[in-house]
Amino acid sequence: MAFKNAAEQRSVCTILADPFPAPSAFLERSMAPILSIRNLRKSYDDGAEALKGISLDIEEGEVIALLGPNGAGKTTLISTICGLVRPTAGSVTVKGFDIIDDYREVRALIGLVPQEIMLESFQKVKDAFHHSRGLFNKPRDQARVDSLLKKLSLWDKRDSQNMTLSGGMRRRVMIGKALSHEPRILFLDEPTAGVDVELRKEMWDIVSELKNDGVTIILTTHYIEEAEAIAERVGVINGGELLLMEDKDTLMRKMGSKTLRIDLQESIEAIPAALAEYELTLEGGGETLLYTYDSTEERTGITRLLASVNTSGLRIRDVQTSQSSLEDIFVNLVRD
Amino acid sequence: MNFHAMKAIYVFEMARTFRTIVQSIVSPVISTCLYFVVFGTAIGSRIEQVDGVAYGSFIVPGLIMLSVLMQSLTNAAFGIYFPKFMGTMYELMSAPVSPFEAVIGYVGAAATKSLMIGLIILGTAHLFVPIQILHPVWMISFLILTCVSFAMFGFIIGIWAKNFEQLNLIPMLIITPLVFLGGSFYSIDMLPPVWQKISLFNPVVYLVSGFRWSFFGSADVAVAVSLGAVGGFMLLCLGVIWWIFKTGYRLKA
Ligand SMILES: Nc1ncnc2c1ncn2[C@@H]1O[C@H](COP(=O)(O)OP(=O)(O)OP(=O)(O)O)[C@@H](O)[C@H]1O
Ligand SMILES: [Mg+2]
Repeated sequence: MAFKNAAEQRSVCTILADPFPAPSAFLERSMAPILSIRNLRKSYDDGAEALKGISLDIEEGEVIALLGPNGAGKTTLISTICGLVRPTAGSVTVKGFDIIDDYREVRALIGLVPQEIMLESFQKVKDAFHHSRGLFNKPRDQARVDSLLKKLSLWDKRDSQNMTLSGGMRRRVMIGKALSHEPRILFLDEPTAGVDVELRKEMWDIVSELKNDGVTIILTTHYIEEAEAIAERVGVINGGELLLMEDKDTLMRKMGSKTLRIDLQESIEAIPAALAEYELTLEGGGETLLYTYDSTEERTGITRLLASVNTSGLRIRDVQTSQSSLEDIFVNLVRD
Repeated sequence: MNFHAMKAIYVFEMARTFRTIVQSIVSPVISTCLYFVVFGTAIGSRIEQVDGVAYGSFIVPGLIMLSVLMQSLTNAAFGIYFPKFMGTMYELMSAPVSPFEAVIGYVGAAATKSLMIGLIILGTAHLFVPIQILHPVWMISFLILTCVSFAMFGFIIGIWAKNFEQLNLIPMLIITPLVFLGGSFYSIDMLPPVWQKISLFNPVVYLVSGFRWSFFGSADVAVAVSLGAVGGFMLLCLGVIWWIFKTGYRLKA
C-alpha cells in the first residue's frame, strides 16, 4: 500500500465513498493512482443501466475485491475498463492513459481473466499462451511460457488441446493466458467460481505472488472469505452503484458489530424482565443469551449488562465475544 | 505497429487451415475437377471456341475466380465469426491491437488460403486443358487483389452475422448468383443486348473479365475498368471495417 499513515489512508477511503469528490481532496494523496475511474456510466442497448456513475481510484500494487450480488454490475465495470464494453459516460485512465484514446498503452498494462471460460477448442495449451503473448505485442519467450505452465500446474498438459482439459484446468489456462504478457494490472472476474478448494487456495497463492511482484489485482467474487483472505480493500457494488470501498480492516472495524455470548448455568424459559432493556436473544434451549453491540462505540453497555445479569440472579457459566464477518456486513449493506 | 499480434493472428488462422487441410484444399479441387468433366469435356466438346479460345480453356479463369471468391469470403467470415460466437474474441478486443492490424492478420490468412487454392486449381486445370497465360504478373495481381478484397468482405459478413443462417445467407443468396451470372462460363457478348447491359452492374463481371484478359488477352470490359472496380471494392471494404472497429458495431455491447 502506498499510504504513509492511517490518517491518509482514511482520507482516501472517504474520497472513495463520495462519488463526486471535491478536486482538492485529491491533492492530499501522495501518489497518482494506477487506475482512476470517474463517474462511469453504462446503459446497455435495452436501456438497462448497469453502471450508475462509479468513481474509484486504485493505487499501484493494491489487491481489491469487488463484492456484489448477481447483476450488480461487476462484470460490466471490468469489461468497460478492458475495452469490451463501450462506456456511456465518464472516463477511465490507467497510469494517466485514457482507455479509449490511448487504448494501446492502457491495454498493454492489463491482463483480463473473464468470468466465463472461453478457449479455442483445438488450440494446444502452450500455443494458447504464446498466442496471447503475441496479441499483446510481446516477442516469443519460451522460458517465460514454460515457467508459467509449471506454475499453473499445466506442464503435463502443455501439448493437450484446450477442449480435452477439465474445467479447473481450463480456468488455469485462462489465467495463464492473461499472465502471459506480464500485465501490471490483473482483472480476475470470479476466478474461483466452480473451482475446488485446492485450486482456490492455489489461486490465492498466485494472487499473493503477483502482489509481491507489485501487480495490481482487482477481483470480483461472491465468496466473502475470499475477499477477507486476499484483499486489502473491499468494494461493494449493488445495482450499478459502488456502495462502499474501504480498507478491509477499517471496514471490519467500522462496520463490525460484535456479539457477546453468555452461557448460563441453568436454562431459563424467558428473558427476565430486569434484562428487557438490552434486546437480548435467547438461544441454545434457554442456556445462552446473545447480546449484539457496536464495538466502536464509547459505551458498549457490557459492564452494565453483566451487572444486570448478576443482580437478576442468573449464574454465568461462560462468556465469549465474536467479531462479525465481512459476510454480515455485506448482507446488511445489500439488504438495505 | 503491433507486429507480434499480426503474426499471432495469422499463424493461428493458418493453423486452422492446415488442421482442416482436407476440407480446405481437397473439396474445392474436387469440385473444380467436376466442373471440368461436365462443362469442359462433356458440354465443352460441343461448343465452339469463345473469343478464339477453346471452351475448356476459356472457363479456367472463371472457375478459379469462382472458387477463390467463395473461399476468401467464407474463410474470412468463419475466421472472425467463430471467436465472436465462442466468446474467445474477448482477448483480441482487450489486446492493444488496432483494426488495421487485426484485419491484416485475419484477412491475410484468409487471402493466403484462397490464393493457395486458386493456384492449386490452376495446376489441376492444367492437367485437363492446355493453358496459356499472356500476362502472368497481371494474373497474379488480379488474383491477390480478389483474394484480399473478398476476404475483407467476408470479414465484414462474419462480424455482421448474428447466427449461422446469416453467415451463409450472403454467400448463398448474393455471391453465388453474381458469380454464375458474372461470365465465368461464357463471354458477356454471348448474351442478349439487354442482359449485357444488366451484367455491367455485376461487379464480378469486371473481376472475371480482367482475370481472363491476363490469360488470353481478350476482355469483356477494359482492363483498367476491371482494376478500378476491384480496387474500389477493396477500399470500400476497408472503410467499412474501419467504421466497424471505430464504433464497435456488433463487437462491443
Ligand atoms: N450484454 C448485455 N446486454 C444487456 N444487458 C446486460 C448485458 N450484460 C449485462 N447486462 C445487464 O447489466 C447488469 C449488470 O450485469 P453484470 O454482468 O455486470 O453483473 P455482475 O455483477 O457481473 O453479475 P454476476 O455476479 O452474475 O456475474 C445486469 O442487469 C445485466 O442484466
Ligand atoms: Mg459477472
